[in-house]
Amino acid sequence: MPAPIRLRELIRTIRTARTQAEEREMIQKESAAIRSSFREEDNTYRCRNVAKLLYMHMLGYPAHFGQLECLKLIASQKFTDKRIGYLGAMLLLDERQDVHLLMTNCIKNDLNHSTQYVQGLALCTLGCMGSSEMCRDLAGEVEKLLKTSNSYLRKKAALCAVHVIRKVPELMEMFLPATKNLLSEKNHGVLHTSVVLLTEMCERSPDMLSHFRKNEKLVPQLVRILKNLIMSGYSPEHDVSGISDPFLQVRILRLLRILGKGDDDSSEAMNDILAQVATNTETSKNVGNAILYETVLTIMDIKSESGLRVLAINILGRFLLNNDKNIRYVALTSLLKTVQTDHNAVQRHRSTIVDCLKDLDVSIKRRAMELSFALVNGNNIRGMMKELLYFLDSCDPEFKADCASGIFLAAEKYAPSKRWHIDTIMRVLTTAGSYVRDDCVPNLIQLITNSVEMHAYTVQRLYKALLDDISQQPFVQVSSWCIGEYGDLLVSGQCEEEDPIQVTEDEVLDVLEGLLASNLSSPVTRGYALTAVMKLSTRLSSVNRIKKVVSIYGSSIDVELQQRAVEYNALFKKYDHMRCALLERMPIMEKAAANGPTETVQTNGEAEPAGLEPKHPPTIIQPANQANDLLDLLGGNDVVPVISTAPAMKPASAGGELLDLLGGLSLSAPTPAPPIPMSQPPFLLDGLSSQPLFNDIATGIPPMTAYNKNGLKIDFTFERSNTNPNIAIITIHAANSTEAEMTNFVFQAAVPKTFQLQLLSPSSSIIPALNQGPVTQVIKVLNPQKQQLRMRIKLTYNHKGSPVQDLAEVNNFPPQSWQ
Amino acid sequence: MQFMLLFSRQGKLRLQKWYVPLSDKEKKKITRELVQTVLARKPKMCSFLEWRDLKIVYKRYASLYFCCAIEDQDNELITLEIIHRYVELLDKYFGSVCELDIIFNFEKAYFILDEFLLGGEAQETSKKNVLKAIEQADLLQEVRLGGGLFFLGFNSFH
Repeated sequence: MPAPIRLRELIRTIRTARTQAEEREMIQKESAAIRSSFREEDNTYRCRNVAKLLYMHMLGYPAHFGQLECLKLIASQKFTDKRIGYLGAMLLLDERQDVHLLMTNCIKNDLNHSTQYVQGLALCTLGCMGSSEMCRDLAGEVEKLLKTSNSYLRKKAALCAVHVIRKVPELMEMFLPATKNLLSEKNHGVLHTSVVLLTEMCERSPDMLSHFRKNEKLVPQLVRILKNLIMSGYSPEHDVSGISDPFLQVRILRLLRILGKGDDDSSEAMNDILAQVATNTETSKNVGNAILYETVLTIMDIKSESGLRVLAINILGRFLLNNDKNIRYVALTSLLKTVQTDHNAVQRHRSTIVDCLKDLDVSIKRRAMELSFALVNGNNIRGMMKELLYFLDSCDPEFKADCASGIFLAAEKYAPSKRWHIDTIMRVLTTAGSYVRDDCVPNLIQLITNSVEMHAYTVQRLYKALLDDISQQPFVQVSSWCIGEYGDLLVSGQCEEEDPIQVTEDEVLDVLEGLLASNLSSPVTRGYALTAVMKLSTRLSSVNRIKKVVSIYGSSIDVELQQRAVEYNALFKKYDHMRCALLERMPIMEKAAANGPTETVQTNGEAEPAGLEPKHPPTIIQPANQANDLLDLLGGNDVVPVISTAPAMKPASAGGELLDLLGGLSLSAPTPAPPIPMSQPPFLLDGLSSQPLFNDIATGIPPMTAYNKNGLKIDFTFERSNTNPNIAIITIHAANSTEAEMTNFVFQAAVPKTFQLQLLSPSSSIIPALNQGPVTQVIKVLNPQKQQLRMRIKLTYNHKGSPVQDLAEVNNFPPQSWQ
Repeated sequence: MQFMLLFSRQGKLRLQKWYVPLSDKEKKKITRELVQTVLARKPKMCSFLEWRDLKIVYKRYASLYFCCAIEDQDNELITLEIIHRYVELLDKYFGSVCELDIIFNFEKAYFILDEFLLGGEAQETSKKNVLKAIEQADLLQEVRLGGGLFFLGFNSFH
């Protein structure tokens, strides 16, 4: 059998292949040759064959049949074999395969080999890919080598120990004694790897960290080494562009960061050296800037004095002006981290940051955008918004959604005037209207509703913009909603803010009908448009035209649209007397606590805090007498009235059907439909989300007995909502231990003002006797301010022919239910 | 560092060093995606990008891209220096290194890398020391270990 071809020859041959197929053929041929050569157990050429296999593996071809051969090479006495064998092991084997464990013995032997380069191979392989089992077996050997005086081996052992600790953290203790005099080494390799090892240990274990701080006095040692590096003259061996061993400097600074964080003494001990590095490091090349970067990160993380912090931020500010885009990128990233804590200092660099919005690099633009939003406050809002809107116009689509959301948030917080706010919203809607997030639409609608004096202006501007472009769905949705709501203002031509336009009723309806018919409109948008048309029936006089439109869509293929049209039709035919009331102008909406930032007191650097004070919960007044009305008892103002949804028995009367009508309108739409007041969006949306509302897994909130009198026992069990952590879901279980059943059972509840309550339908209004099956009912409590939950309950039922009524206070809620 | 990849402008892999345990399939997937992402970058863009939960540092030297994946707490700028140091080592060893050197001597490129980095961290910060170690190790290839001379001839498997 001819000798297997040499590696170089194989590479050359394969590179002559002109097509993928040709290459595959060559590879397959050679693979077969290698396989048979392996089968012959040939020692001479094994190394050559494995090397070829590794090349083929790099091209993407299978090489698993060479795994065992690698092990044989490792066991060989030839250095060449070992070298290729270990390389093969690192490339072809991974810890998932049992095969790799066979290496353990070889590695153990090689760790004790007489030639340091063999020991080096073993340490390298172990430190690169050793599994936990291997690390456990060989940790002792590594620890021994960590104490050797041979610096070539010592440095490798240190990094190998790092790997062992990462794989088997419990073994960390074992390396502690060996670290004792690591830092007194002169050899930079050992110093560098020792610092890495110490860093790993300090990061993993707080005990180790305090040990190194206090007992070993690590900080002074590190400071000394760093000082020597900076002060010492030119050392050719470690010099990089005039800086002595930047790699070591950076690692030392990183370790100092960990040691100084949260510790006053350590931070103070390193103050001087940090100032020295920050001021003396050459900034003309990347190397110097790398060290400065690490220094800034350290200064910001430890308990440094304010002068040093300002120095750090100024370094970042200088970075922002650097020609090198990498430096600018790194500066923006760091500033983003510090903007919360050192806000004023960062504000000083605002104009440079805003300039970075125009940078060509995507990552830099994104950072600059995030930072800009963090820096917006009441003082700079106008200027900043101009820049941000310009950015929104010109940026890539991947940014637009985030930018739009950010602009809305900033505008909401700091708008100098309502008109400015509306203008800004409209600018965003018209320029980036299709990228606006879906959840912004209800927020915007709410905003517009609450800006009462701007209604005419808003609807007019939206209408004009709609004439130009109906493709951007979120924009169209907001516009059609506004037209539906304020169409009368539009037609009557009242507008104070700008010249009113002449619009006829037919033109308005044309536009809305156009939306309904257009291919560009999504089903959701069509829903909005139809509802808007309906609303106009009470605001405009073209009722007949509206009736026609509504009846056409009664046979629409779109089920949602069809349902709406049918119900609106019903409104015209049977419930015309209710139509006006139902389609009345929307009242000002209470901003749902869960949606907006109610608890943040972030001031963004303004002179006086714009903060929102958390409301103090009113105390529940103890009544002296018992009246029928629950609300009266608790002194009206303090209590949010309970809203029970449809009772257990649906009466066949017109009233019942009306409830169905409303129920149908509110709960079927994926987006909130106007007729139901939006003061409780979390609940409505909760009901609409496709996720399960309740945690299937027990949350561990203990149940409690809320009421137990006259044979009626009511227990509460608790769960947390999946969709909103501020909502607690209470299920009441009402059981009747008497011999007669309790009929017409009604459970009512009231809570303090800061809560909101929703009752769902009970399972039944009859509680069977003798504890046979309790009646259950679900209560949802929204508690955004995490106040202590209290409840007053009222129970009415018929028992043995006579009506019973009782009131009780429930105060013994377990803390986990409201915290 | 979690891994280092070297690839050509056509996307052909020239070296792959993984410091985290991953299956062959996962490695291939990551390589494919990352190569695509980096090759799509325009020359004016910076050397850093965020990819999954890692930071990617890459630099092009002639026809080869050197690409490292580092963790959140690692320093990007010093990683650029690490890449540069590796290129310098290759350059010194091969004498004005070019892509072909790395193609035909890929195992040597690995050996040099393994004398410079271990487990993703630099083990030796002196250029001289790394090159000396490689030199000595290369000499060992000519001897049978444990006594008895048996010259195989340098790089006999080539």
